[in-house]
Amino acid sequence: MDQQIQIQQQDFSVDKIYAAMRHEYGNKVGAIASFVGLVRDHNAAAGDGGDVQTLTIEHYPGMTEKSIQKILDYAEERWPLIAIHVVHRVGTMAPSEQIVLVMVASSHRDAAFAGAQYVMDCLKTEAVFWKNERSDLGQGWVESTNADKFRAKMWDS
Amino acid sequence: MNIQVKFFASLREQVGTSELQVSAVNLETLLNALKARLTETGIEPLLSPNVRLAVNQDLVKGNWREAELVFTDGDEVAFLPPVTGG
Repeated sequence: MDQQIQIQQQDFSVDKIYAAMRHEYGNKVGAIASFVGLVRDHNAAAGDGGDVQTLTIEHYPGMTEKSIQKILDYAEERWPLIAIHVVHRVGTMAPSEQIVLVMVASSHRDAAFAGAQYVMDCLKTEAVFWKNERSDLGQGWVESTNADKFRAKMWDS
Repeated sequence: MNIQVKFFASLREQVGTSELQVSAVNLETLLNALKARLTETGIEPLLSPNVRLAVNQDLVKGNWREAELVFTDGDEVAFLPPVTGG
């Protein structure tokens, strides 16, 4: 399976990555599932009721890539996947901007869906990033929710 | 041994710096060296139960506070508050 992991400040084009994936892996690909996460204005961290103005994402260069690679390695063991492409942005973003892309190619739809969902669930709890939300009333660090942890744990069974 | 110590996100804000160079041979001497340097905050924020430790970008498994860590020159040690991506 091919893995591509990009950590970058700049925005990404889903169209381009999708086109590249179709082109690269050709006829054996029967399904491509993709997920895009966006910045929303709902304030989770500060809990002060103010709308989110900016989200700033920090990472640990080197270790962050390794933490994602581990997730993709496990997905590869678990499902018959052809390729996974993950793009995760860092830096400061405004509501409605794209944060993350997970795109998975497989011969079959169930593996593509499951692989993409698994990678996303683990990005929430395992990938080495930190998120800081700033609203007009203050700022705060976001932690993964109990629901996130529960979702990621479900894959263990 | 020269150790490079990194602090991220909320921990960086709490201790007021992102990086320190200290001299240490094991976990005990590292924490003592940090105690001496972080005079304003102390090392309490680092010992919080949800903080994880990475040595040369590998997470220390289990409870790092009880791990027998021995450092070599140039090691990179990072204190990580709870992570979340996506």
